[in-house]
Amino acid sequence: MTIEVRNLVKKFGSFAALDGVDLKVDNGELLALLGPSGSGKTTLLRIIAGLDWPDSGEVSFNGEDALAQGARERHVGFVFQHYALFRHMTVFENVAFGLRVQPRAVRKEEAAIRARVKELLDLVQLDWLADRYPSQLSGGQRQRIALARALAIEPRILLLDEPFGALDAKVRKELRKWLRSLHHEINVTSIFVTHDQEEALEVANRVVVMDKGRIEQIGSPDDVYESPATAFVHGFIGESIELPVRIADGMVRFGDRPLALAADGLVPGASRLFVRRHDMLVGPPGSGAFEGAVQQVRNFGPVQRAEVELAGGETIEIDAPRDKELRAGDAIGLQPRRYRIFAG
Amino acid sequence: MSAIALRRRTLPGFGLTMGLTLSWLSVIILIPLAGLFLKSLELSPEQFWNILSSRRTLNALRVSFGLAFAAACVNLVMGSIIVWALVRYRFPGRRLFDAIVDVPFALPTAVAGVALTALFAEKGWLGAPLAAAGIKVAFTPVGIFVAMIFIGIPFVVRTVEPVLQDLDPEIEEAAGSLGASRWQTIIRVILPSLGPALLTGLALAFARAVGEYGSVIFIAGNLPNVSEIAPLLIVIRLSEFRYADATAIAVVMLVVSFVIIFAVNRLQRWAQSRIPVR
Repeated sequence: MTIEVRNLVKKFGSFAALDGVDLKVDNGELLALLGPSGSGKTTLLRIIAGLDWPDSGEVSFNGEDALAQGARERHVGFVFQHYALFRHMTVFENVAFGLRVQPRAVRKEEAAIRARVKELLDLVQLDWLADRYPSQLSGGQRQRIALARALAIEPRILLLDEPFGALDAKVRKELRKWLRSLHHEINVTSIFVTHDQEEALEVANRVVVMDKGRIEQIGSPDDVYESPATAFVHGFIGESIELPVRIADGMVRFGDRPLALAADGLVPGASRLFVRRHDMLVGPPGSGAFEGAVQQVRNFGPVQRAEVELAGGETIEIDAPRDKELRAGDAIGLQPRRYRIFAG
Repeated sequence: MSAIALRRRTLPGFGLTMGLTLSWLSVIILIPLAGLFLKSLELSPEQFWNILSSRRTLNALRVSFGLAFAAACVNLVMGSIIVWALVRYRFPGRRLFDAIVDVPFALPTAVAGVALTALFAEKGWLGAPLAAAGIKVAFTPVGIFVAMIFIGIPFVVRTVEPVLQDLDPEIEEAAGSLGASRWQTIIRVILPSLGPALLTGLALAFARAVGEYGSVIFIAGNLPNVSEIAPLLIVIRLSEFRYADATAIAVVMLVVSFVIIFAVNRLQRWAQSRIPVR
């Protein structure tokens, strides 16, 4: 099932939750909608599911207009952040719900329903919980049951709204891996919403980065990490150092110092320089574009993180390999190995 | 675990509160009720039976319990719809309607009775068009029914309200996206979740209607065997100094009410047990 969204606009009062969104999702993709809260990602997901309606724009599934159908007709599996399980039903009945409410003409026989539910509970590896009530399950188990329930109707599309948002860090990591392998197994076109970049980059085939109701960038996890299209994406994904610079006379200036960086093709005026923490290489004073003094060093797993005060006023944090000798008070030179400059 | 928890509570006071509970309930409820039973013992079983099996008593009990149950059922349906609108939608005047629901709680029942009678009398605002359609309300059992609906409505609304507020609208969205129709969502998801609260509301509205006296006697017409409620018959017997007769009827009302409330309570427990707390 392909999904196409064209020029979607949705306003809540004067606040534009979606401000002209275009998106194409290919068959069998696992797509992440990534953005800070208020970026419109959940609104977009709910409109695709038929739980919300846009003010203008189009949504089509396989080329056919989806907005003409309600949530019920769209055949979309939806997984909620807080599970939304039916608490008066057992796990088994929760998963069976979508099969039991089908119109009589297409409804399966009881035996077939039982077999299908059993199969789904096996798929999410929770068949031993069939007779429990949702309140007796852990968060991770509840979310897997919610997923099994959504899959019971053999949805054309699977939509997940912050599916791991309410779970603790360890369970999140497990479920991420599990979701990836599950998608590999069932291969249904899926979109999940998250504000956690690590989750998006680890799970999705393609990542859509959103901010303020607009799409900032669409690309593979490598694309959005390695070549961010906008200042927002660079700042949002991965840990970035952000420095105010000026482009003038074919040079990049930081404060009143010209930097030894190429300024080809850059628009003159105020700009921002983005560098990943680990892309700032440490050398002796005078060896790089920046000069600075080390304020503090902390060890962090495979790296050491140094707080450096730059000549020019800003204080930044860089990541250097553990074998590099750094001490508080050292004067150092810094050269960005890779960087991007965005106007504005 | 639980044994330890019993022995070491952060707040001591089990003995004190339990003692107070028992003595208070005894003084306020149990002793007066016991007095009622004792008084009825002055009657021989035969006399007791004769009073109860008299046509007038049986009809009064039938009117009281039958109409109270019917009114409670109407309140269950209409109360559920009202509470749904009040909880789920935001509309101008919502707070006003919300306050209006409580009016039957606070209004002296005699005032309610007079107002309803004036409204539904043959020349009243509602009574006149209804009379034209051939329906007489005031001074008939229909009038009793209307008064019982009036006084019972807040019980259903206020019992169901907090439970409905607690019910996440996402549950309905989940049901919808799984293919359930609006109707299926109501029947299979919403009503079962509200079940225990609905039963409690029904029981309270019923109990209130059975015990109602003030508003009903104004609108009922109080015709023996037709529109005479059991509480009124008790008052009549008392004014005739037939105290034993009065207590006999009272005892029957008490026992029947208790059995019904107890049954509803059990039913509610059972429904609750199917929804373990979160």
